[in-house]
Amino acid sequence: MIELHNVHKQFDQRTVLHGVTLELQAHEVVCLLGSSGSGKSTLLRCINLLERIEQGDIIFRGQSLLDERIDVDLVRRHIGIVFQAFNLFPHLNVLDNITLGPLRALGRPRNEVESEARELLGRIGLGTRSDDYPDQLSGGQQQRVAIARALAMQPDVLLLDEVTSALDPTLVGEVLDLLSDLAIQGTTMLIATHEMQFARDVAHRVALLDAGRLVEVAPAKQFFDNPSQPETIDFLSRVPKTQ
Amino acid sequence: MAPSTQNSGPGAPHLFVARHRRFGSSQHARWASIASTISVIGVLAFALWMAPGGKAVREFFLSPSHAWRAFIGDPSEGLSAIWRGFLTNIWMFIVCEILVLIFGLLIAVVRMSSSPILTPLRILSTVYTDFFRGIPVILVLFAVGYGMPGMDLGWISQQSPAVYACIALTITYSAYVAEVYRAGINSVATNQLVAARAIGLRQGATMRYVVLPQAIRNVIPPLLNDFISLQKDTALVSTLGIVDATQAAHIYGSLNFNFAGYTVASLLFLLLTIPMTRLTDRLIDRDRSKRLAFVS
Ligand SMILES: Nc1ncnc2c1ncn2[C@@H]1O[C@H](COP(=O)(O)OP(=O)(O)OP(=O)(O)O)[C@@H](O)[C@H]1O
Ligand SMILES: [Mg+2]
Repeated sequence: MIELHNVHKQFDQRTVLHGVTLELQAHEVVCLLGSSGSGKSTLLRCINLLERIEQGDIIFRGQSLLDERIDVDLVRRHIGIVFQAFNLFPHLNVLDNITLGPLRALGRPRNEVESEARELLGRIGLGTRSDDYPDQLSGGQQQRVAIARALAMQPDVLLLDEVTSALDPTLVGEVLDLLSDLAIQGTTMLIATHEMQFARDVAHRVALLDAGRLVEVAPAKQFFDNPSQPETIDFLSRVPKTQ
Repeated sequence: MAPSTQNSGPGAPHLFVARHRRFGSSQHARWASIASTISVIGVLAFALWMAPGGKAVREFFLSPSHAWRAFIGDPSEGLSAIWRGFLTNIWMFIVCEILVLIFGLLIAVVRMSSSPILTPLRILSTVYTDFFRGIPVILVLFAVGYGMPGMDLGWISQQSPAVYACIALTITYSAYVAEVYRAGINSVATNQLVAARAIGLRQGATMRYVVLPQAIRNVIPPLLNDFISLQKDTALVSTLGIVDATQAAHIYGSLNFNFAGYTVASLLFLLLTIPMTRLTDRLIDRDRSKRLAFVS
């Protein structure tokens, strides 16, 4: 589905990604771990073309995204991204937040889009809140709406950037549960996270970024129980065992 | 929560009581404000009354009979009614306001666009806002009001002075309002732009559905402020010979050697602007309390 080949990204003179190579299959869930500043957000933003990469290639559905002729807006309609800070549109109610993309980016008919959005809201447990505005929702509810907003575009891949980091600990569960459901339904996801237990339970494969290098990519069980790289062993030893 | 609160001594209950409470209750505060308002107005009125030229000024500016005659006009003596002139101010203001809202927005959006095709327009709009914010309105009025008819451009040069006045006011105020819009657009958080682009909205759609609705909401009070200025500046159209409230008052004044008409015109303008200033204040206060709600 998505292949990263030797991706380099620099900010000014500082290299933030040092040749990342990673492949994401359809219906696969990959969790991206790494300490703060290791480059997780940058990597996701590069895939979504919110950042330009200096070297390497990103292949999406068999096409290089670095091709000059690529329409970035079209690409972004197929690659959903959800941010740590929700970034819902504060002037739109929940339903309009979700339908804006399908209506104004895809140009689909309103009745169709709205009934899909209502169904989506039911799935995330917010069926009764469609008329509320973002500031009337809790953080966890806002983040679920942000995920629904990305899903409404029916993307081929969903990129999630520490979607629970800004949440009160009591609200983290509801968002992770939603992601687990999506994983079971076969949504292709690349998830940057600090939630180890979640990665172990839900991810097919887990990857570790360390100072911009992808040091280990392995099936979840093997990654946690039998890591091969010293950086992984060190990383896992530094995080608390119980989450 | 902390056990220490229990043994902080007998002074503890007074710890958070304000020391300086001049006005014990809201009742008290209200009387105090009424009394001080009356005394301030009283002193000002007294000064006007007792000033050496007080009597003459009162007769010149406040004579009720003159004021009334100026207000209703007198066709037999060639006096236009101030109220009728004021209707001219009102329709000009409404027409200009609508045009200004549209042109100001266009200029701001062009100026903030990043499309390379729009580069010439972008430069033009920057020059435009710099230029017309720097020139006094009255000079723009002269330039348009005397310049356009003088250019002999057929249809364009054959409009009534009122049309030229509207054009001049719209040109000037669009420059101000464009800057207000621009500040509003800048005030929208970048994460909103990123979120919009991330769902594949194009630049135009991002502007229209995400940025502008938030930007305009943020600048409603300053926009209203500019409209208050515009309302008052419709008085300047009298310089093109249009009989608005000011001009009617002026005609009355020069024929009767009495200025009560100016007072009448001022009161009419106040009648129009005060609701607007109150509304602006209300909106600013509401905004402020909304923001402070997170602090307290
Ligand atoms: N726009 C930018 N300009 C300059 N440097 C940046 C920019 N964005 C990120 N960086 C740098 O790139 C490095 C990687 O940042 P990134 O946000 O990708 O890390 P992260 O793994 O997501 O960390 P966290 O877990 O804290 O979110 C950091 O050192 C950061 O300072
Ligand atoms: Mg990050």
